[in-house]
Amino acid sequence: MRTFKKGGVHPNENKISQTKSIEILPIPQKVYIPITQHLGAPSTLVVKKGDSIKTGQLIAKSESFICANNHSSVSGKISKIDNFIDASGYKKPCIVVDVEGDEWIDSIDKSLEIKKDITLSSGEIIQKIKEMGIVGLGGACFPTHVKLMLPEGKKADYLIINGVECEPYLTSDHRMMLEKGEEILIGTSILMKALNVDNAIIGIENNKKDAINHLTELSKNYKGIKIESLKVKYPQGGEKQLIKALTNREVPSGKLPLDVGCVVDNVGTAFAVYEAVQKNKPLFERVVTVTGKSVKEPKNLMVRMGTPVNYLIEKAGGLPEDTGKIISGGPMMGKALTSLDVPVVKGTSGILLMKKSESKRNKEQNCIRCGKCVVACPMGLEPYLLAALSEHKNYEELEKHHIMDCIECGSCQFTCPSFRPLLDNLRLGKNKVGQIIRKRRKK
Amino acid sequence: MNILTISGSPHVHGDQSVKKIMQGVIIALIPAMLMAFYFFGLPAIIITLTSVVSCVLFEFLIQKYIIKGEITINNGSAVITGILLAFNVPSNLPIWEMIIGAFVAIGIAKMSFGGLGKNPFNPALVGRVFLLISFPVDMTSWPVPGRFSTSLDAVTGATPLGIIKEGLAKGNHVSDLMSNIPSYFDMLIGNCGGSLGEISAIAIIIGGIYMLCKKIITWHIPVAFIGSVFVFSGILWLINPELYIDPVYQLLSGGLMLGAVFMATDMVTSPMTYKGMLIFGLGCGVITVLIRVFGAYPEGVSFSILIMNAFVPMINKAFKPKLFGETVKK
Ligand code: SF4
Ligand code: SF4
Repeated sequence: MRTFKKGGVHPNENKISQTKSIEILPIPQKVYIPITQHLGAPSTLVVKKGDSIKTGQLIAKSESFICANNHSSVSGKISKIDNFIDASGYKKPCIVVDVEGDEWIDSIDKSLEIKKDITLSSGEIIQKIKEMGIVGLGGACFPTHVKLMLPEGKKADYLIINGVECEPYLTSDHRMMLEKGEEILIGTSILMKALNVDNAIIGIENNKKDAINHLTELSKNYKGIKIESLKVKYPQGGEKQLIKALTNREVPSGKLPLDVGCVVDNVGTAFAVYEAVQKNKPLFERVVTVTGKSVKEPKNLMVRMGTPVNYLIEKAGGLPEDTGKIISGGPMMGKALTSLDVPVVKGTSGILLMKKSESKRNKEQNCIRCGKCVVACPMGLEPYLLAALSEHKNYEELEKHHIMDCIECGSCQFTCPSFRPLLDNLRLGKNKVGQIIRKRRKK
Repeated sequence: MNILTISGSPHVHGDQSVKKIMQGVIIALIPAMLMAFYFFGLPAIIITLTSVVSCVLFEFLIQKYIIKGEITINNGSAVITGILLAFNVPSNLPIWEMIIGAFVAIGIAKMSFGGLGKNPFNPALVGRVFLLISFPVDMTSWPVPGRFSTSLDAVTGATPLGIIKEGLAKGNHVSDLMSNIPSYFDMLIGNCGGSLGEISAIAIIIGGIYMLCKKIITWHIPVAFIGSVFVFSGILWLINPELYIDPVYQLLSGGLMLGAVFMATDMVTSPMTYKGMLIFGLGCGVITVLIRVFGAYPEGVSFSILIMNAFVPMINKAFKPKLFGETVKK
């Protein structure tokens, strides 16, 4: 069975919520919608305090190349525009909406019927995706339309759909594949048309056999879409690792998937693309897994953007007594939240509650030079060395040792028997080296 | 409200820890230890205990009173150094010499560099070589293996490697000497003279397999080490079997198995990458044969590992892991 070759680790899967069907979370009374929810230039606000808005209405628009539109997830009145803490721990501008009913803008097709025929042309599809504010739902939130606009002279051979969900605990993609399989395949066909490629591969890890079987069965009716089952290994959901596993092509250091003829999108994104193009529906809700070992009722919830995390946790049986840490995302790459009021955004794939006993790190010890971090690194780096260089602020050497190739997957720190905070140090070093490189480029 | 922990990802950790690794190594050392106790009896037990207790004690005292830092004797690494050091001496070594050896191993070879993880040379081997140079007579008088002997003054004899080296030096041929040395079988189970823990190849191999299964070591260093000794001495043997002993004998004799499985694989003092480990093992093997065949000492395993320890920083520089995306497929 296929997988990527270099490095990788096997964290406990803990997919507690994998059998839980997606439930629709009721809309809270107040939502806090961050104005910018993607990676790139900030969006420009087009509404103001006091405005009445409808579900799906544009609230902030894209005015730069790497930027995305943003829409309201509820109907009601904007009571405030202010800064609130988001998952990053920093304050970000949000609009606060006092919810009244749930009135959608008229252009959205609310029917449940699955629309298979793709009538738009490639250019129109990309335009539509841009208009509807679709971004990568795997976590990075890169605007999807930007990926689809191939630069002059570049051609894609493969569209790769990421159904790996290699993060432990998370099951939102898994549930989507089981419950929205048809839509995902149509979304995939739409993306294929937009990119003008004949082949798409949906990569799914072997711990989701039901999803593999379901999509394989459905895909018989779709031309050019192949379902590939992958051996379970973290971080297979990393773009470069997934491309390697599925096509055996290696994206060179500092290059993009397109440089080896691939474009990668998440299954959730494929679904959002379906809704955007076939149903005219902007991206304002997504599936979020709420899970953890002491969570009473782990769930997969369809949530409107801007819903405070607190509200989701209530739905899953309330905050357990012994909660020591709340993570947005999975345990390997997720962010620890500083507050329960953080709103769900386009990139929120899960809310993971960790017990107190799981939350504290073990005390770090001397590096015993065991080399396990080197073996675990999927990018072929030397984490022990990079971490030490970073501690010594030796940025020149850090750059020479390819710190910028680090995908921050955490495999090194996960394996280190001395419990060294490798990734903490790597992140510091990477940020600094990134700044230095940007400065140099400007000159 | 709860107080939330805020820390960077990853938020989970694998099941490896230094303590578990060290415990695993100690378990792996048990078969060889039992064989040593069986063949050398009470003196072996006394020597091992002395070595372990002194190593742990020195580490504790140095951390507590000299470094005044954290006490880390709990992680078990001093216990391992103690066992390995005892494994590398004859069972009738005077106790006070054993204690000096332990001091050199822990105090000089390990703690003076900053403790576990910072020492460039394998502490047990440094201790052993120090003892060999300081007390050459005591370190080369080898008790003849008995069964569960409780006697403290054992009959001594030569090791198989010593018999060969001396015999060849006197101008004898290998075939003349074969009758003086133990059979392959005796050497496999450990019924031959030598340092405490090196005699039983089979017990060491069992320990090695355990460590492989527990993913404490990888195959690279032992296989490269043992393999290169086999090939190199095999070539010499093919050239002149009367002058050079056969390669199987080379493998079973002396400290080769102990060195290849337990000493050369010490994480702290061996290279980081698989490629580096192979080179390291190869170097150890070649130097071992060179010393055994052409050097002044009958045994070269300790020296070869120490020499290669010195090359580790260089090996780490030269044999980096292959970067993802380095070779671009067109
Ligand atoms: S976090 Fe970076 S250095 Fe560590 S394993 Fe992942 S890619 Fe390698
Ligand atoms: S895994 Fe930890 S102890 Fe081992 S070499 Fe890397 S940093 Fe050092």
